[in-house]
Amino acid sequence: MTENRALGGARIEHHAILGDLEAAGLVRIFFEGRPLEAREGEPIMSALVAAGVKVFRYTKKGSPRRMFCGIGRCTDCVMMVDGIPGVRTCVTEVRDGMKVERQRGVGSWKTGTETGDGH
Amino acid sequence: MDTEKKPAIVVGAGPAGLCAAIELKKAGAPVILMDENSKPGGQLFKQIHKFFGSREHRAGVRGFDIGEELLAESLNLGIDVRLKTEVVGIEKGLKVWAVEDRSRSYTVDAATLILATGATENALSFPGWTLPGVMTAGCAQTLINVHRVLPGKKVLMIGSGNVGVIVAYQLMQAGAEVVAVIEALPRLGGYGVHTAKVRRAGVSFRCSTTIVRAEGKEGVERAIIARVDDRFKPIAGTEETLEVDTICLAVGLTPSIELACLAGCGEMYVPELGGNMPVHDEFMRSSVKSVYVVGDIAGVEEASTAMEEGRLAGIHAAWAMGYMDEPTMEARAEETKRRLRALRQGVFGQKRFAAKQRILEQEANS
Repeated sequence: MTENRALGGARIEHHAILGDLEAAGLVRIFFEGRPLEAREGEPIMSALVAAGVKVFRYTKKGSPRRMFCGIGRCTDCVMMVDGIPGVRTCVTEVRDGMKVERQRGVGSWKTGTETGDGH
Repeated sequence: MDTEKKPAIVVGAGPAGLCAAIELKKAGAPVILMDENSKPGGQLFKQIHKFFGSREHRAGVRGFDIGEELLAESLNLGIDVRLKTEVVGIEKGLKVWAVEDRSRSYTVDAATLILATGATENALSFPGWTLPGVMTAGCAQTLINVHRVLPGKKVLMIGSGNVGVIVAYQLMQAGAEVVAVIEALPRLGGYGVHTAKVRRAGVSFRCSTTIVRAEGKEGVERAIIARVDDRFKPIAGTEETLEVDTICLAVGLTPSIELACLAGCGEMYVPELGGNMPVHDEFMRSSVKSVYVVGDIAGVEEASTAMEEGRLAGIHAAWAMGYMDEPTMEARAEETKRRLRALRQGVFGQKRFAAKQRILEQEANS
């Protein structure tokens, strides 16, 4: 439980129906270069929400976006993940060392970056 | 190729797909269950409320418990469940094209295809609807109940149907404040028992009310709502500002019919069940006889009906593939249909039953 508390105030620790949040392994991801702790097996989306990230990307015209459907249908939550643009963060699991960046417009491919399973 | 060895492929490991695969496997048919997600169960695991219906429909049991039971059963039966596997194409002769782990592509020749691809939540367009903080009710439900994170602290729920009131209650259970539930129609849409629970908790319900716009710089900071006239036009002078950071949309779902379209299934528009959907016969067969459609893709209802439709298709497909004798199939199909009829009773059920009858008639006449 102690590890989970480090993840920020948006994490639901106690729940009348679901009980206390079970301990999970932690991984470290990088959001805009800043290290964040995430629960193993969770999607990038919830790790960012737990850390209080309000904007996931900006459109070409600079309009902010976060998430909308949460189950991989709408592509509102896409970000740059390990150099790959357009990754649906609601259905892509965190991985230790993963680099997550806000996308601007359609983003751009970063060459020479190690690619993971998040593409 | 030996036709008899071709498997049935079930697409979608939610309640409908799991039940279809379980029935096929129990009958001894080879079956592959594919799902694009990393975990099976579809949307069952975010359903933390108790289900309705009679005891044989698992009434009083919570959605995630039903999900666990179905997963355990599929595991015990040794069903070939392929996760992180997206079905991206269906070619003539039922060649199913799948992409595994977003990196490996392969095809499987199927004897039967059962599509259990579910539905997608509807959007609602208003000024500010793209702001961070505006999301579908299902998105909020997934975040709080599956991922255990709270997307916001003060919520406006748009839509008073079952999804709206159930998610409103679950947001409160998760620690959020639900400022109001608004409904464009003059009357509330959800089951009384769910609605009453939210009302008792002190949430304000506003009928004949719509959202005019959402405001905020980098995210929702407030919502402006207004009363509507009998043509759903906002009435000038009735605007009210609500301080909220989250706006949830519970304004219906639309069947996810992409794969049915690729398979060449005939369609029909059924507004009560969510829009365009593939037609099906009494055994859930589409107009393409080797392709079945079950669950929300065949008309948006509930997990309980989805499970029965999945069973019905699984039983019929097992017979069609030669793994069940006809009297057994008929008896078991009849039993399943009886349970489905029971689920479509009452004020809410009757409407869905009538809509389903129209689908059957359309399929019979085509």
